[in-house]
Amino acid sequence: MPAIELTNPAALPADWRDILALTKPRVMYLVVFTGLCGMLVAPTMPPVVLGFTAILCIALGAGACGALNQWYEADIDAKMRRTAKRPLPAGRMDRQSALHFGVGLGIFSVLLMGLATNWLAAALLAASILFYVIIYTVWLKPRTAQNIVIGGAAGAFPPLIGWVAATGHMNALPLLLFAIIFLWTPPHFWALSLFVRSDYAAAGIPMLPVVAGIPNTRRQIFIYSLPMAAAAVAPWLLGLTGRIYGGCAAVLSFVFLVLAGRVLANRATDPAEMAPEKKLFAYSVFYLFALFAVLVADRWLTA
Amino acid sequence: MKLEEEVVRRQRERARITAWLLGAFVVLLFFITIAKTGINW
Repeated sequence: MPAIELTNPAALPADWRDILALTKPRVMYLVVFTGLCGMLVAPTMPPVVLGFTAILCIALGAGACGALNQWYEADIDAKMRRTAKRPLPAGRMDRQSALHFGVGLGIFSVLLMGLATNWLAAALLAASILFYVIIYTVWLKPRTAQNIVIGGAAGAFPPLIGWVAATGHMNALPLLLFAIIFLWTPPHFWALSLFVRSDYAAAGIPMLPVVAGIPNTRRQIFIYSLPMAAAAVAPWLLGLTGRIYGGCAAVLSFVFLVLAGRVLANRATDPAEMAPEKKLFAYSVFYLFALFAVLVADRWLTA
Repeated sequence: MKLEEEVVRRQRERARITAWLLGAFVVLLFFITIAKTGINW
């Protein structure tokens, strides 16, 4: 298709690909996966269609968070290389459309969750969307280096929502799953923020490496990895899961601590020499996927 | 490509996707209702 030259691309109706990009589909995988695992480890299973709808609602809620985040941070995104090509900073879409889409998707996901499963799950989904948008994006992120520590709670909701959607009530295990993701978020994001530090500095976001320096961030990564590893093996130690999960969680967490230790020992300040940080970031994604996959395997194999 | 043509193309594409999504939603609502009322086929 020949390219069209436009002086004001936002005057066009947004392309559906840009609307889809607003929902940050790549971030959604982990949210959907942990939500699904939360549901699969619950003692009771809802009918397939209701389970599917619950997971769909979690995905739509995450999409709403992504859209509202991009609506609010369009100016900041324009200053960072990593985000400058998103639909809003690139001028392919107007901000009001993004706001309407995000609010509409959020309300729709909560109502559908309430109608299909139960209103406690819907309330938790609403809380996670509001927490991510208001507490994290609007309040914490531009103000404090602890943004990720507290804001991490928003990403920790999905397994809790999945469990509650299946059972209608809360329990110790989903709360521990919440704790694992909550404690996993700081080392995961700080590892990333170490090697994209200049981007955050240019955008004026007070991420820990920008405010407290690189050595301090490396120390914090290691410190936070310790309670995270403890939370990961806690379900087994408390007798909530079997030995399969306990053994795998111990090994996976040990490797995480070793990689966090290598980050701690690294002295480089040039992103090109931050191989341990990049390795930890990549491993942290695998770690969470593997931990939750093993949790489900343990539940279904030992049931 | 003229601007008007691009506008019409995008509007058509969005209308088609919206129609598919609405159709899928109606089907989903039907199955949710069946599941909630506990009807066994």
